[in-house]
Amino acid sequence: MKPVYINSVGSVSAQKTFDNSEFLNEITEYNASTVPVIAPNYKEYIPPAAARRMARGIKMSTVSSKNALTEAGIENIDAIIVGTGLGCIGDSERFVSDIIKNDEQFLTPTRFIQSSHNTVAGQIALGLGCKGHNFTFVHSAVSFESSLIDAKMMIENDEAGTVLVGGVDELVDHHVETHRLIGHIKKEPVASQELLQSKTEGMVMGEGAHFFVLSNQKAPSCYAELLAVKTFNTLSKERLEENVLAFLERQQLGIDDIDLAILGNNGDVNFDPYYDQLGTSLFKDTPQAYYKHLSGEFDTATGFAFWLANKIIKTQTLPEVVQLNAIVPAKLETILIYNQYRGENHSLTLIRKC
Amino acid sequence: MCKGVAITGMGAISAIGNNVQENYEALVSGKLGISRISKIDTVHKNDIMVGEIGMTNAQLKEKLGIAEETAVSRTALLAMLAAEEAVLQAGITDINDCETGLISGTTVGGMDQSEKYYFEYFETDEHWGHINGLHAGDSTQKLADHLGISESFVSTISTACSSAANAIMLGARMIKSGQLDRVIVGGTDSLCKFTINGFKTLMILSDTYNTPFDDNRKGLNLGEAAAYLVLESDEIVKRDQKKVLGYVKGYGNANDAFHQTASSENGDGAVLAMEKALKVSGLTPSDIDYINAHGTATPNNDLSEGRSLLRIFGDKVPEFSSTKAFTGHTLAVAGGVEAVYSVLALQNNVIYPNLNFTTPMKEFELLPQTTVKQKELHHVLSNSFGFGGNCSTLIFSKEA
Amino acid sequence: MSELKQELKEKIIEQLNLEDVSVDEIANNDPLFGEGLGLDSIDALELIVMLDKDYGIKLADPKEGRKIFESIDTMAAYIAANRSN
Repeated sequence: MKPVYINSVGSVSAQKTFDNSEFLNEITEYNASTVPVIAPNYKEYIPPAAARRMARGIKMSTVSSKNALTEAGIENIDAIIVGTGLGCIGDSERFVSDIIKNDEQFLTPTRFIQSSHNTVAGQIALGLGCKGHNFTFVHSAVSFESSLIDAKMMIENDEAGTVLVGGVDELVDHHVETHRLIGHIKKEPVASQELLQSKTEGMVMGEGAHFFVLSNQKAPSCYAELLAVKTFNTLSKERLEENVLAFLERQQLGIDDIDLAILGNNGDVNFDPYYDQLGTSLFKDTPQAYYKHLSGEFDTATGFAFWLANKIIKTQTLPEVVQLNAIVPAKLETILIYNQYRGENHSLTLIRKC
Repeated sequence: MCKGVAITGMGAISAIGNNVQENYEALVSGKLGISRISKIDTVHKNDIMVGEIGMTNAQLKEKLGIAEETAVSRTALLAMLAAEEAVLQAGITDINDCETGLISGTTVGGMDQSEKYYFEYFETDEHWGHINGLHAGDSTQKLADHLGISESFVSTISTACSSAANAIMLGARMIKSGQLDRVIVGGTDSLCKFTINGFKTLMILSDTYNTPFDDNRKGLNLGEAAAYLVLESDEIVKRDQKKVLGYVKGYGNANDAFHQTASSENGDGAVLAMEKALKVSGLTPSDIDYINAHGTATPNNDLSEGRSLLRIFGDKVPEFSSTKAFTGHTLAVAGGVEAVYSVLALQNNVIYPNLNFTTPMKEFELLPQTTVKQKELHHVLSNSFGFGGNCSTLIFSKEA
Repeated sequence: MSELKQELKEKIIEQLNLEDVSVDEIANNDPLFGEGLGLDSIDALELIVMLDKDYGIKLADPKEGRKIFESIDTMAAYIAANRSN
């Protein structure tokens, strides 16, 4: 199998992550149930004529993907693959709301066009003039991983040499308010540092855009090698350990080979037990990290985890703010990311220093 | 990478039939499914025509054995009915007896319900069950649960009107590369005010029957449908001694990179997609016996697609037709129902008529097949194009 | 008429989100599409909605828009001749 290199990263998140020369140098703490991105100055990246119709998700993605392409030192790519749980849902919501309020009259096309889930991948292709493979995955918490799987398969099977892959989601009012009604989003604000101690149901919702250049060629900017990605539509707590071990075994690895496990705890008292299950059994002697107190939870929050894992390997530093247990890693070479959302759509992603 | 991708089961529900057989009978008897809209109370009801499925949500639930009060979108219900049929035909008794995935395409997700209760959610909790049903992955998840698929790769693709075509393509690639042994692929979309009004703002809805490739075409009719194929690896076909309906022989995906909603004048993306699909299949244009065109009947698509066909096939364009005059444009599912139709064409050696065609387009001398035609078919090419420049081509063949 | 033209310029800037353009920069005979203001086919659809909503003029075929939206002059003339409110 051909190795798949992660040559660059790009991030716009609730932390100041859009500058690739920094790595969580300053942490923004929140006391909220929603955490929006710290927006870069979009005007520096996007000409006004192009920006005028762009949804926020597209703006975030434009910055994040541009940063990834710049860092990888390339202008052309063979494929663009984007994961998004909800697409540019801000525009979808306004379009529905206008339909109802205006009784289906005087509606304008821009909102509808931006509502199409593939608008981000389409607009990036349009901007770059990239006529290659163009996919958009929209499957809840495995949207980003589906994109990684597709990108990896393209590179391994020689269908593409270099792929831009990303995940993006927006934080939008109606979605937040309705999901708070049904208990998926916390009813009370929580301080970032107390997220895992909140003992309440629901999550703190965030947003972000994370893009990466994957390639069959190792660039000077290379961060790590993508070893394996696997998703599971269902997985019970009882079956977790067995499946994680089987996943590692397919890479001829054991649990001792994992230098750091990045877990997706989001402070939901009902679903964090999945992470606790692994944390207290299989991973009990493994250094563990978490990140959703920094990024918030959203369908493509694992884009932030993937960014974090790559940064840790490249910089060989593990920021204190993400450490979940007291075990100090002996080295930072092989990192496993495990995530699930509300007990469904589990994913395992493995990267290694190269 | 030289593995075959066998099709062992198919299921479909559209405006022209509640199962594959009914769809086929309508296609060969020229019975179209386009009418005025009856199930959605829209102010545009007298300005548009649609390809609406006859069954109500209550009837669908009853057929599926789902309690009436369960909160499920129409999108998910249609998916369940079509996928059940596909799995049944494939003779699958234990869906988890090998690595089985599910890849579904959709554009509207649970919008058909969300748009009804958008503001009502804040007044009463009666419909809160639909709140988390809006996102596009919801119908796929419910379908996976319905089929009993567990601990597996289940994902959703949304690339506008090429979604199901891309789901089939991804499934074929995952089987070829050995990641899955079996995968259920296709798509589902229900009619809703959201898409009706969306396409209305783009001014590409016809106020009468859609007329693909006709010079006087006025736009598309929206339709609703769900369609799924069961794809299996050579090993599973051999192990279970499966009857193979056809093979996914080629696939190509490209981006037009021209405009957010319109196709380039000369169909650059379409040409690239067809070229890639031919390359993957190892076939030449002269091997293609029939083209099931995207043919939405919008001024832009049919011109662009027609030009792309001329660029690929030169003066030897094989018989081609768009079946959208029958079903309407079923958005995400277009490439799914048309995959089912392509395989049926291969099985029956029949080419479907491009209905409602009377006047050739001024720009070129392309004439679609307008009557049912018997012809020995070995390879059928199917196109699906969408917003965002997404262009996809699939090639279905009798032999691996 | 000049009032209507001024109004149109303001509305176009607002409706089409042309943040970096000011009313003074649009001359009455500047082409709105292509070379001039650089509007595209999606903007044309937005302007068709504006005609409907603000002036009660319904266009059935987007192609009709091409001539009407050539410039502020042509737009104002068409609106003045056809407006119902």
